[in-house]
Amino acid sequence: MGEFMVHRVRFFDYMPSAIRAMAFNAGTQRLAVARADGAVEIFNFADNYFQEKVIPGRSGRAVEALCWVGGRLFSAGLNGEITEYDLEKLRPRYSVEAYGGPIWTISCNNQGTLLAVGCEDGTVKMFEILEERIQFQRNLDRQKGRIISLSWHPSGARIAAGMIDMIRIFDAKTGHATHRLLVERGLGTTRNTEVVVWSVAFLSDDTIISGDSAGKVQIWDAATGTLIRNHLITKWDVLALSVSQDQSSVIAGTSEGTVVQFQALASTMGQENSQWVRTRTFKNHSHDVRALVHTDTAVVSGGMDTQLVVRPLLDKVEKNTRESAMRKILFPHRNLVCCAKKAGLLLFQFPDHLELWRLGESNMQGQPGDILPVMKKPEKLLQLQNKGDDHICCSAVSPCGGWVAFSTVSSVRLYKLQLSNGNISINKVSKLPKELHSVYQLCFSSDSSRLFASSAQASVVVASLDQLQCRHLHTLKPKSGSSQPIHLLSPSENGKWLAAANTDGQIHVFNLHKLKLHCTLPVYSSCPTAIAIHPTTGHLLSAHADQQIFEFSLKLKEYTAWSRSLQREGLHPLWLQRDTPITHITFNANKPAHVFLHDLFMFCIIDQSLPLPQARKKLYNQMDLKTRSPQERMQESHAFKICKMFQHLLSVDLLDNSSLVVVERPLADIVSQLPPPVRQKKFAT
Amino acid sequence: MAALYEGYTLCGLIPDQSNSSSGIDGIEEERDSDHVIVTDSNRSVTLYKVSDQKPLGSWTVKQGQTLTCSAVFNSITNEYVVVSDHKVIRIWKEGDLVLDKTFKATVKADIWKVHCAAGGQPVVLFRRGAVRHLEDLLSAPQQPIEDVLAEDEAIRWSTSIVVEAQQFVLFTTELGGENFFYLQRLNPNSLHKYHLEREEPGLLPLSVSASYKDEHISLLCLYPNGFLYRSLISVRGPALDGAAQAPLPLPRSRVMSLPVGEGLLKAASVLFLDDSHIAAVGAHHPSAGADFLCIWNINFQTLQAGKEMGGKIYGQLWSYSNKFFIPHGKRLSVIPFSCHKSSLASALGKLRQTRPEESKCPTFVPSWNNALHEEKAQLSKTGETRKTRSTRKTQPSVSLTAEQVLELIKTAPVEEVQKEVEELLSRQDVQDLQLQLGKLVSILVCRSQADPKFYTHGTFVQLVESKFLCHSVCPDLLPLALERKDYFLCQICLLFFPDIPEALTCSCLKAFICLPDVDAEKMSLEPDSVSFMDALITQEHSQDDLQNGFSPSSRLEDHSNTVDDQQMREGREKSAAIQGPVCPVGSHKAALLNEILQTAYSDTFLLPHLKDLCPQHVLLFLQYLHFLYLRYSQDTLPQAHSLRAPSLQQIMDWICMMLDAHFTVLVMTPEAKGFLLNLHGFVRSQVKLFSELGKIEGSLQELQKMKQKQDVRQYSIEVIEIF
Repeated sequence: MGEFMVHRVRFFDYMPSAIRAMAFNAGTQRLAVARADGAVEIFNFADNYFQEKVIPGRSGRAVEALCWVGGRLFSAGLNGEITEYDLEKLRPRYSVEAYGGPIWTISCNNQGTLLAVGCEDGTVKMFEILEERIQFQRNLDRQKGRIISLSWHPSGARIAAGMIDMIRIFDAKTGHATHRLLVERGLGTTRNTEVVVWSVAFLSDDTIISGDSAGKVQIWDAATGTLIRNHLITKWDVLALSVSQDQSSVIAGTSEGTVVQFQALASTMGQENSQWVRTRTFKNHSHDVRALVHTDTAVVSGGMDTQLVVRPLLDKVEKNTRESAMRKILFPHRNLVCCAKKAGLLLFQFPDHLELWRLGESNMQGQPGDILPVMKKPEKLLQLQNKGDDHICCSAVSPCGGWVAFSTVSSVRLYKLQLSNGNISINKVSKLPKELHSVYQLCFSSDSSRLFASSAQASVVVASLDQLQCRHLHTLKPKSGSSQPIHLLSPSENGKWLAAANTDGQIHVFNLHKLKLHCTLPVYSSCPTAIAIHPTTGHLLSAHADQQIFEFSLKLKEYTAWSRSLQREGLHPLWLQRDTPITHITFNANKPAHVFLHDLFMFCIIDQSLPLPQARKKLYNQMDLKTRSPQERMQESHAFKICKMFQHLLSVDLLDNSSLVVVERPLADIVSQLPPPVRQKKFAT
Repeated sequence: MAALYEGYTLCGLIPDQSNSSSGIDGIEEERDSDHVIVTDSNRSVTLYKVSDQKPLGSWTVKQGQTLTCSAVFNSITNEYVVVSDHKVIRIWKEGDLVLDKTFKATVKADIWKVHCAAGGQPVVLFRRGAVRHLEDLLSAPQQPIEDVLAEDEAIRWSTSIVVEAQQFVLFTTELGGENFFYLQRLNPNSLHKYHLEREEPGLLPLSVSASYKDEHISLLCLYPNGFLYRSLISVRGPALDGAAQAPLPLPRSRVMSLPVGEGLLKAASVLFLDDSHIAAVGAHHPSAGADFLCIWNINFQTLQAGKEMGGKIYGQLWSYSNKFFIPHGKRLSVIPFSCHKSSLASALGKLRQTRPEESKCPTFVPSWNNALHEEKAQLSKTGETRKTRSTRKTQPSVSLTAEQVLELIKTAPVEEVQKEVEELLSRQDVQDLQLQLGKLVSILVCRSQADPKFYTHGTFVQLVESKFLCHSVCPDLLPLALERKDYFLCQICLLFFPDIPEALTCSCLKAFICLPDVDAEKMSLEPDSVSFMDALITQEHSQDDLQNGFSPSSRLEDHSNTVDDQQMREGREKSAAIQGPVCPVGSHKAALLNEILQTAYSDTFLLPHLKDLCPQHVLLFLQYLHFLYLRYSQDTLPQAHSLRAPSLQQIMDWICMMLDAHFTVLVMTPEAKGFLLNLHGFVRSQVKLFSELGKIEGSLQELQKMKQKQDVRQYSIEVIEIF
């Protein structure tokens, strides 16, 4: 196969943001995750936990709670506003001021008609959910002290509200508080500090479960207002609770990073009256578990340590299947790194700025395994600060390195760069066509003369670039419209084709010479995670969230023979078991048979001229091949050449001089930037 | 094996100016294993809860007064006793806050120490050697105290032991370079005086420790040259007062010599942990410095565990309920330890029995696992077979049903029984019949037991070979086979039954060993096993085999000090070198013994039964095992031998077990001497090898670390090759 010079880059200090809130929509199997920087991410649990959509954050928008109402997503935060999101345009649709100070919690009744929010000023405010908006209906009785948590009784007649030192039960019709449940404070020195009821859950059998800052999970009888059971599960706070759909299991997340499961079990077999018993403890986090979701088969948790963890309940899933494996989602399922192949530049995307780096150089040659002396160190050429509060949603650098573009939800910015012996000059392109105002994905053509931007209604805006000018050429539109946003764009090397994929799984190919739709690929059930058009053969390669790979001939408008044989023989089981999606595909112009692709934990070179790996053969066989003689290597080797030498890969790209660029983000670096976890007494310390 | 665990600090220390003493006078156990009282050399006594690492109470005497002995806790009255200014006894309870307001009594003579052994009354030892119960003393504090010791004789160490309600006070004294040991018995009082043998002139015992076992007190003395001596004193000695007489000499034996490094030990201490383990502090670690706490096995002279203690070591060590209390540097550390009885078997290797053969010969005996987890599968299967059986019933059939066979075998002659059983076994649904087969065997066994003439060898063999039986189904079959000397049946039972009790394995072993070789050769046994043994015995012996670094020539050098055996051994060595290892048993007998080696066992149950064997048989068996071992360790032996071959691991396990069971007997048997020396030499060379390996462990780890250290940088350009 050959030797590669690898630029191993670890200076992209991307820091994921802490998870603040989560909401799960069991009907569509979508999980919404809100992060501390205000971004909201949508994961599709039916499609391999793929991160379909990201709604960029905004400084000052602190999302404190999320809530699905049917297919609509609402959030509320400490800025005192309730926001509904437009999941097609990936931006807030509207915000409504609640006029109650910061909002701590939001909850919708089972009927989907009313939205209750808990405010700092002690009011529970009811909003009516209308077709296009929400409308304030009334306040419940105002209490002293903030409302931290809310839970509707499934009948919709009552609401439990967690406050400071107590839980209130309201009658939803009259708005009067009917019960006051006093929550005991912690023992010892914490006796003087008030206890915060971080989370409540109101079950249909009139049981209320609460989690509080004294580390207790308490079971209450809502009819009499009495405490039934008290579980002390941590010395710190119980921050989140989540109830399973059948209300037989409750999970509680603590500041220690543990998730504790409680189950309603009959004390003796066959008897009706069940008790809440502490059953399992999961420890998958090092920091606070701020948000929890109890799906039918798994515990989904997230918190300060920025990881989203899906921990299947092994009694609910079949053993040793894909569902029974634990998932940790550490990084976004999209590219934050853009590589200018010709110029050897890297563009890093942060929420509020961009960094442009030039790679280092070495004039030495070396044997495999060597680390070459770096003659010229990598250099940070540019830091582009975003103006305004909206965070950056996409960015791109042109292959020649002469153009940089990025976009927020409200505007697109384009810059012309000039690099001449160490000096860099940057000019903002002031007049952009009005079509370029809100885009989801940006990319440049390979000769840097065109800018492509995916826009609303699955359309693609084509703009031509000239000396400090940007002109709108055309807006490409597929015939039958899916309104889902396009999340992948890939132009061909020769400038003839442009492929665009949206989250409905549709892949459209446009002919850029004729400026019209060339063909639409057959829709595959799993969402594409990366697409690319081969520079010489003109085949379109697509990788999907379920780890399948397809190759489609644009000339013949059919799947290629290689793709068919891949489907016929099937991918290797170990390949299918990987749990991170392929996020980037690229090709080697010198060796047309080679395809480079990568996920978080490996990069792979597919040699299409070699036989596919059989299921009983070893997939990860690089170490074996290393020890074999060249003749044996020929017999043993197969098409998938997987290199796991580099881990936590955010990007792998091939420069024009055939050297590889890998961008790593070691987990240790992220962990070192997290705040210290709560102190836990370990024995003899 | 012994192990030291992660320690923790109980309290800080304030060493005196010269930094020579730790500032702690003594540590005594309080009400339970979790509480100790620490007396420091200033003026205070502190009660600690060990697991919480925190003091529960502290008592201090007034300025100007000093505590002159460590405080003890009287668990009967829940009182603390301490002596201040040599003559004042103070007694208080935990509730008392101020020491000055509590009970005080002044006595007439200087007190050396107050002792309170667990379960005993406090005893006062006076500086001049007199001993009193605290109670008696307090009833008349001003009573005259006699002088027991000579004018310049000074107590160096003392302790007290309670043995079956009899209390002893032990102390050593020094008089002009000589050391004496006193054993004071209380109620009835008697005093024995012993003279401790002199070490090199000028060397006085550094540390003394006493323990009691089997009516003997054993006294452990550590000298500054690192020699550790043990003396045994019987507590059942004559009750006459021996103090007036001349001191008896106290015989001693050297237990081991602790490494001392350069010069002599200055501050060191040893403690008995159990029969075979001691803890030493202040002596050197064999491969590191002096600041180590070590546990040694005195039987095998091996270091079991070691832990580096930071800071200066004062040579003080206490141990209560599996915790060491050791002052070092500026703190008092608590180090939990565990000390299990070690056996050669566990020291050398594995105890568990693995049976890789099981996978090779699947038995149909249902296991619990299958019964519980494959219920569904079994159900469907039985349902299916039931159907086939019912269909078969409709066909005209000549074969009898299982019930009919059961009836028939109660009376029918041998030939007919054999025929019917054969037919039964050839049926398809035979798996269903497992219970019936068990019944069938037990009926046959019963009949054979009752009627000495009736014995159906062929049928039994067939049934066992069908693999539907196990020992629990027919517990009498194997004993019957032994009784009728049907060794072939025994062999296949041992092969196919997974659940033979250890007692029965042992009786089989006994029977096999007793079997004369001449008789054995006539027997027809499983041909595979015999041919394997034949091959093993007749194999060419390669001349210069090294057994994991051990060669017979080095063995010679090891023992050149015992001159009397040497010639004899040399002669044997030569003959062995010429002929190679000789199999002490015939191939048939060996094949039977091999089956024993491959049975499953658990050594706790097997060991007691093994003791029944007589020494000659043990020796023979061991020689055979040794022969096997030597054969196996030659690499000329093809590794893929037959199914009937015991594994090297099994052979080693059995050697260790036999030695554990019979070591004392073998040591006394003159014929075994050469064999044992041979084994000892072998083990020693192995230990040497492993200790050498242990020494380079650090460097090997460093190598590994070097490899990982490479990539911490932000950016690098690397060359990789993809194949």
